[in-house]
Amino acid sequence: MARAVTSRRKIINTAAAWTVGLLIFFPILWTILTSFKTEATAIADPPVFIGFDWTLENYATVLERSDYARFLWNSIIIAGGSTILGILVAVPAAWSMAFVPSKRTKDILLWMLSTKMLPAVGVLYPIYLIFIKLGLLDSRTGLVIVLMLMNLPIIVWMLYTYFREIPGEILEAARMDGASLKEEILYVLTPMAVPGIASTLLLNFILAWNEAFWTLNLTAAKAAPLTAFIASYSSPEGLFYAKLSAASTMAIVPILILGWFSQKQLVSGLTFGAVK
Amino acid sequence: MGRITLDKVSKRFGDVEVIPPLDLTIEDGDFTVFVGPSGCGKSTLLRLIAGLEDTSGGQIRIDSQDATHVPPAKRGLAMVFQSYALYPHMSVRKNIAFPMKMAGVSEDEQNRRIDAAAKALNLTDYLDRRPGQLSGGQRQRVAIGRAIVREPAAFLFDEPLSNLDAALRVGMRLEISELHKRLRTTMIYVTHDQVEAMTMADKIVVLRAGHIEQVGSPLELYRAPRNTFVAGFIGSPKMNLIDGPEAARHGAHTIGIRPEHIDVVEENGTWQGTVGVAEHLGSDTFFHIHNTGLAETLTVRALGEVTLSHGDAIHLSPRAELIHKFDAQGLRIE
Amino acid sequence: MATQSSRSAARLMMAPAVILLLGWMLVPLVMTLLFSFKKYLPLRGGDLGWVGFENYVRFVTSSAFWPSVSATLIIVGGVLIITVGLGVLLAILLNQPMWGQGIVRILVISPFFVMPTVSALVWKNMFMDPVNGLFAHIWKFFGAAPIEWLSQASMQSIILIVSWQWLPFATLILLTAIQSLDREQLEAAEMDGAAPLQRFGYVTLPHLGRAITVVVLIQTIFLLGIFAEIFVTTQGSFGTRTLTYLIYQRVLESQNVGLGSAGGVYAIILANIIAIFLMRMVGKNLDQ
Ligand SMILES: Nc1ncnc2c1ncn2[C@@H]1O[C@H](COP(=O)(O)OP(=O)(O)OP(=O)(O)O)[C@@H](O)[C@H]1O
Ligand SMILES: [Mg+2]
Repeated sequence: MARAVTSRRKIINTAAAWTVGLLIFFPILWTILTSFKTEATAIADPPVFIGFDWTLENYATVLERSDYARFLWNSIIIAGGSTILGILVAVPAAWSMAFVPSKRTKDILLWMLSTKMLPAVGVLYPIYLIFIKLGLLDSRTGLVIVLMLMNLPIIVWMLYTYFREIPGEILEAARMDGASLKEEILYVLTPMAVPGIASTLLLNFILAWNEAFWTLNLTAAKAAPLTAFIASYSSPEGLFYAKLSAASTMAIVPILILGWFSQKQLVSGLTFGAVK
Repeated sequence: MGRITLDKVSKRFGDVEVIPPLDLTIEDGDFTVFVGPSGCGKSTLLRLIAGLEDTSGGQIRIDSQDATHVPPAKRGLAMVFQSYALYPHMSVRKNIAFPMKMAGVSEDEQNRRIDAAAKALNLTDYLDRRPGQLSGGQRQRVAIGRAIVREPAAFLFDEPLSNLDAALRVGMRLEISELHKRLRTTMIYVTHDQVEAMTMADKIVVLRAGHIEQVGSPLELYRAPRNTFVAGFIGSPKMNLIDGPEAARHGAHTIGIRPEHIDVVEENGTWQGTVGVAEHLGSDTFFHIHNTGLAETLTVRALGEVTLSHGDAIHLSPRAELIHKFDAQGLRIE
Repeated sequence: MATQSSRSAARLMMAPAVILLLGWMLVPLVMTLLFSFKKYLPLRGGDLGWVGFENYVRFVTSSAFWPSVSATLIIVGGVLIITVGLGVLLAILLNQPMWGQGIVRILVISPFFVMPTVSALVWKNMFMDPVNGLFAHIWKFFGAAPIEWLSQASMQSIILIVSWQWLPFATLILLTAIQSLDREQLEAAEMDGAAPLQRFGYVTLPHLGRAITVVVLIQTIFLLGIFAEIFVTTQGSFGTRTLTYLIYQRVLESQNVGLGSAGGVYAIILANIIAIFLMRMVGKNLDQ
């Protein structure tokens, strides 16, 4: 039923979209390219795009200078831990809101979201003191907890929008079939919501991975994740473009690849129930 | 066993009383149909029995045991939902097995019952498919299969056929009736389709705004509707209701006469009018008749092909012994 | 579908999330409130007693306060306008038939995955550096004098960087929303004689309303707290000191917790004003 699109129009569309796409992607591409240049080529005028001697020396230097593996591992633990913990807390809450809604459900949901609007900096010092008291400063556990709390409202909201799509009759059928509440959630709701849970997981993993306020201010040497690793390159000694690019590439590539592969899932989750 | 007794059961949602206190007994093995217009509380009543909603008052007894506060899983009832409510992530086999798995039935016994149910419901070839890969009728059968294997005290159906097309609906209607004949288990069936009610029920419960208007066998309701509401609701096409002088002549406030109880005559009919729309179904013909001076339109059913068309004059004579009489409150006068 | 038992189960299952968030909100909030009424200098004597509203008065009367509020609002507003505006255009473009749509989508979504520290560093050094940055090269190529982006056009630069990070988010939500638009609606409008621009105005744009609301809500939540982008680039100089950054400086750089806390309370009030406004809008829109 779709009308035949003239190939001329398709060519124009394609050209326009690719131009815009490449423009948007260019800073990332440029960073990756620069990471393989020598420092001299990196600042050459006019700039060189591909025709240079590719080198891995920047990566070697960066790996030598800092313990990349530790930062990476901290990022994985902190982002993964906070996301999984958040989902465990959020699934029951989202179940309640989606399937046993009350007059207050929407208010609670919006209230949860509004806690995200509290400026982190306003409570930085109290959290700092609490962390010192509890010995959580510069610990992965501490960051897992803080980032979990940070993202909890988003996780609850995303899961809620997914759960709402699931007909309540199916859960009632499970209840009639003799399932307890635990079994109902474990055997019926969760498997049905797998795509939603997956995209919630992904999005929050990415948000936690990129979080740069608490991770910068609550860590020192031990628990610092990749955000802190890269921030160390903002000091003047880091002002070597090729090395900066190498470090940047190493900080973003893991999540970039994860994002590309899970793009479809992610996009559906990103809409926060805005579409449909 | 499956005798269900409702004793002054009522239900309110907030301030709205959807079901005023109501008494009803459903005998073991009966096929009981709840009918009534949309929004009259049929589903609510069924869900109260299922335990999916709390009662606001009164008592529900299943086989003389007080079940009012028993959770749905423990009532020993099975329910078939309008949307089928199959588990989309499980195969047909797993769907049917689910209630048995929850009840801790042994694997062997599970397989035995699944195979028996699949055979009875013509599902053997589909056991490994997902619900998404089935047609509407097949899904319906899986939902029924899932209910059967539990060997429940009673089956509850909430408009199970309303999502099917007309032809399938007739087929499934027969299958469910046959299932009932075979199992002899109590069934409660909600519908607003009065053909389903008439053809399937041992006993029909007519509801209006949460009230029971009449309980009886299909023919009892057809022959002796207790009031004008039941009279208008049971039977198709609807009974003609006539007010005014013609009713007074019979000593009633309102009289009712079913379309099939009015004969078309050549001349000297009791009533005369002009033909509006004529619906020729082949086996019989429905005439919608105007200008009778009795009611806006009068519906008449004539057997076979009657060649009268729009604008023709028509003579009618009602069968006097089949005229129903109602008083000013709409109640039947014997 | 609610019975008494399912309602109490629901309350129980909601409890962990609610209690955690309540604690996360209240405990630091109460502490911030307490500190804001004290003279509290951790490195210069610690808790020096109650001072009433002195911190509040000092914070608002400081010459940095109002500029920081306006910087915050300009950045949030500027980024919202750019991302929503360009997002709609881009979504329409990406919705057209073309070759390699999947790859273009991947290209467009990519900035969303880049951590703010990295994007700020890359933009600052490799693009906006007045000597070696790519922009400087381009300017020189056209014979123009290179601009010192982060000092001469500091706000625009920050808005550019942040918009680049958030454009993918806006675009993808809006694209998904456009794709969910019933083709028949557009065809009906066409049959009714609506020109392409009218079809966009009367059919497409209203359909996008809900999606735009969500974009604005989510982005505002994140934009109010942007930190790394400023921390890495200008450190709050050249008029880019947002309220967040000002408070950060008071607490961490001048080590004046009392004053910073008073600032925190102001920030919370500002956030709440915006939140109430947004929640109204979202609450209405989410009712469907
Ligand atoms: N959860 C609820 N909260 C408030 N009112 C409700 C709720 N469920 C049902 N009602 C109201 O109770 C009345 C009866 O609803 P019910 O679903 O039982 O009707 P029904 O007879 O099954 O109708 P239908 O034939 O359309 O399915 C309706 O007026 C409905 O609006
Ligand atoms: Mg109903």
